[in-house]
Amino acid sequence: MTLATFPASEPKPSWTRYFSFNTDAKVIGIQYIVLAFFFFLIGGLLAMIIRGELITPEADLVDRTVYNGIYTMHGTIMLFLFIFPVLNGLNNLLIPTMIGAPDMAFPRLNAVAFWLVPIFGTLLIASFFVPGGPAYSGWWSYPPVSVQNPLGHLVNGQGMWLTAVALSGVSSIMGAVNFVTTIIRMRAPGMTWFRMPVFCWTALAAQSLQLIGLPALTGGAIMLLFDLVAGTTFYDPSGGGDPVLYQHFFWFYSHPAVYVIILPVFGIFSELFPVYARKPLFGYVYVSLASFIIVGLGLIVWVHHFFTSGVPQWMRNLFMVNTMLISVPTGVKVFAWLGTLWRGKIRLTTPMLFCLGGLFNFVFAGITGVMLATVPVDIHVSNTYFVVGHFHYVIYGAAVMGIFAAIYHWFPKFIGRMPYEGLGKLHFLLTFIGANLNFLPMHPLGLMGMPRRVSSYDPEFAFWNVLASLGAFLLGVSIIPFLLNMISSWIRGPKSTHNPWNAIGLEWLLPSPPAEDNFGEHVPVVISKPYGYGLGKPLVEHQAEIEQALTAAELQESSR
Amino acid sequence: MTTAYPTPTEPKEHTAEHEKHNLTGFIIFLCSESVIFLAFFSGYALLKTSALDWLPAGVDGLEWQMPLINSVVLVSSSGTIYLAERAKARGSIWGFRGFWLLTMALGSYFLYGQAVEWSGLEFGFTSGTFGGTFYLLTGFHGLHVATGVGLMTLMLIKSFIPGNYDGGEQGVEATSLFWHFVDVIWIILFLLIYVWQRS
Repeated sequence: MTLATFPASEPKPSWTRYFSFNTDAKVIGIQYIVLAFFFFLIGGLLAMIIRGELITPEADLVDRTVYNGIYTMHGTIMLFLFIFPVLNGLNNLLIPTMIGAPDMAFPRLNAVAFWLVPIFGTLLIASFFVPGGPAYSGWWSYPPVSVQNPLGHLVNGQGMWLTAVALSGVSSIMGAVNFVTTIIRMRAPGMTWFRMPVFCWTALAAQSLQLIGLPALTGGAIMLLFDLVAGTTFYDPSGGGDPVLYQHFFWFYSHPAVYVIILPVFGIFSELFPVYARKPLFGYVYVSLASFIIVGLGLIVWVHHFFTSGVPQWMRNLFMVNTMLISVPTGVKVFAWLGTLWRGKIRLTTPMLFCLGGLFNFVFAGITGVMLATVPVDIHVSNTYFVVGHFHYVIYGAAVMGIFAAIYHWFPKFIGRMPYEGLGKLHFLLTFIGANLNFLPMHPLGLMGMPRRVSSYDPEFAFWNVLASLGAFLLGVSIIPFLLNMISSWIRGPKSTHNPWNAIGLEWLLPSPPAEDNFGEHVPVVISKPYGYGLGKPLVEHQAEIEQALTAAELQESSR
Repeated sequence: MTTAYPTPTEPKEHTAEHEKHNLTGFIIFLCSESVIFLAFFSGYALLKTSALDWLPAGVDGLEWQMPLINSVVLVSSSGTIYLAERAKARGSIWGFRGFWLLTMALGSYFLYGQAVEWSGLEFGFTSGTFGGTFYLLTGFHGLHVATGVGLMTLMLIKSFIPGNYDGGEQGVEATSLFWHFVDVIWIILFLLIYVWQRS
C-alpha cells in the first residue's frame, strides 16, 4: 500500500498562503479570481450608478463630469482588473493540471505578475481621490481629450490611468510568456498537440495574441504619456502629430483583446459541452485550429473601430471584409458545439446552464457583430448604444457567463467542496434574464440614435432606458446568490470526490484539491484523444488503478 | 493490490529541462518586445510621410558620419559576442571573458557615442514630431543597449563564482540573443532615421 502518497496524510495548508508571495499556480489562480471579483464589485457598483443616472432623461443623479469619470473607470476596471485577472486565474488553475505539469514554467515570475494586479488596481482606484478626479476620456483614452490636464498637477487622473494600464501590460506580458512556455514545454508524456484539451489550445491562442498585440498599446500609451507630461506632440496636429495614430495603436491591441477574452471562453464551452452531453467534442481538430485562424484574422480588423475617424475608403472596405471573415472560424466552433449537443444525454447542471445561456448570447452578439462590420451600418450606429449593446452581449452575455460556468465546474476540483445547485440555478436565471433585459434595449436605442457616454437624453428614449436599468439592477442582485454560494460552499459545502461530474481529463485524475505539485513525479502517460465520452477508451495508462486508488483514499478520508 | 502510481518513471534532468524553459521563455519575450519597436517604427513612418514640415525650423537634417561609426562598432560587437560564445564552447573560460569584456566595451562606446551625438544636437524632445520620434526611438533603443551591457556584467560576474559556470550558461545564451536583437533593431533604426532623410 503506497496510498500515503496522497495528500490525505499531508498537513492542511494554512489559509494565510492566499495573502503571501506564494509560487504555487493553484494558489495564484485562486488569488487572481478572488481579487478579480473584489474589483468586479467596484466596477459593478459604478455600472449601477450609470444605470441609475440613465433611468430618467435628466442628468439628476451625479454631476456630468463625475459621470464621465464613472463610465471611464467602469470600463477600465471591468477589463483590466476583472476580466483579464479572472481569466489569468483560470489559466493558472487549469493549464498545469490539464497538461500534467507540476507548476508553471516560471513560478516566481507568475507570482510577480499576480502581485502587480493589486498594485495597479490600488493606483487606479486611488485616482478617484486626486484633485480633478479620475480619467474621464472613456476607456479608450483618445487624444485630444486624454492629453488635457486643466489643473496642471503632475499627479492627475489621466496620468495614473496610463501608468496603471502600462503596469497591467507588464503583468499580462509576464503571464503570457509563462503560459505559452508552459504549454509548449511541460505537457505530460504522450500528450501530443492534438491530444491537448481545447482550453489549452484557446489559452495558447489568446496568450499569443497578448504577446503580439499588447506591446503596440504599450508603445502608444508611452507616447500618450509623453504628450501629457513632457510636452511632445505625437498626437497633437498643431505640432505635426496625428490623433488617429493613437487610435491605430489602441485598437491594434484592444480589438484582439476581445479575442483574448472570448477565446478561453470558447475553450470552456468546448470542455463543458462534452461533459454534460456525454459525447466527444464534435470536430476537435477544427475547433483547435479555428482558434489560430481567429488569431490571424483578429490582428487585421482593428480599423473597423474607427471607420468614422477619416480613414480612406479602400481601408474601410478591406477591414470590413476581414471582419466578416472572422465569422467563418467562429461559425465552425458554434457548429461544432451544436454537433456535440445534438442527440447527447444533456444534464442541465449549473455549469451547463451557464454554457447554454452564454452560447445563446454569443450567437446574438455575433449577428450584431456582422451588422457592425458593415461600413454603412457602422457609420449610422457609430458611438451609439448599439455598439454598447453588442459589446456587452459579447463580454457579459457570453464571456462572463462562460467564466461563471467554469467556476461552478472546476470549483469542486480546486476547493474540494461542491457548490450548491439551487443557488447556482437561481444565479443563472437572474444573470440570463438580467443580462438580456439590460443589453437588448440598447440595440433599439442605438438604432434610434441615442449616443453613448451622455448622462441626459431626449425623453423619447426613456422607455428602453428604464427597461435597461431594471435589467442592470437585476444583474446587480444576481451576484448575491453567487457570492453566498461561493462563501458558504467553500466553508461547509459537501466534500467533493475527485471526479464529481464524471468528466474525462488529467485534472480529474488528481485528488480534490490537488497536492501542491499536482502529479509530482508520477505524471500519467496519455494514450488517447481528449473527450472520449462513451467510447470506453482510457485516457491514460493505468487509468483504472489510478481511479481505484483515488476512491480508496477518499473513503479512508471520510471514515476518519 | 495495485497502487496509485506504481510505475516509477526515469528520474528526469529537472534542472536541464528548466534551463530550456528559460531560453524558450526569453525567445517568446523577445518576439513580443520586437512588436513595440515595430509600433514605434510604423508610427515614425506614418508621421514622417504625412508631415508638411518634417524638420523643425533651423534644422536641415541629421549628421550621419558619427552614427555610422557607432553602427560599425555595434555591428562588430555582435561578432565579438559570437567569438566569446565560441571560446566558451571550446572550454576556454578566459577567452570567453576576454571577448565578453570586449563586447561590453564596444557596447559602452556605442552608448558614449550616442550621448555625444545627443548633446551636440540643436533640437530637443519637444521640437515637433521630428524631435519627438528621434529621441523616442534612439532613447528606447539606447535603454536596450544599456540593459544588454548590464546583463553582460551580470554574466561576467557569474562566471567567477566557482561551480556556477554551468548555471550561467543559459544566461549567456539569452544575453547573446538579446544583443543580436538590439543590433538588428539598430540597423533598421539607422536606415529609417539617418539613411531615409528626404521624404
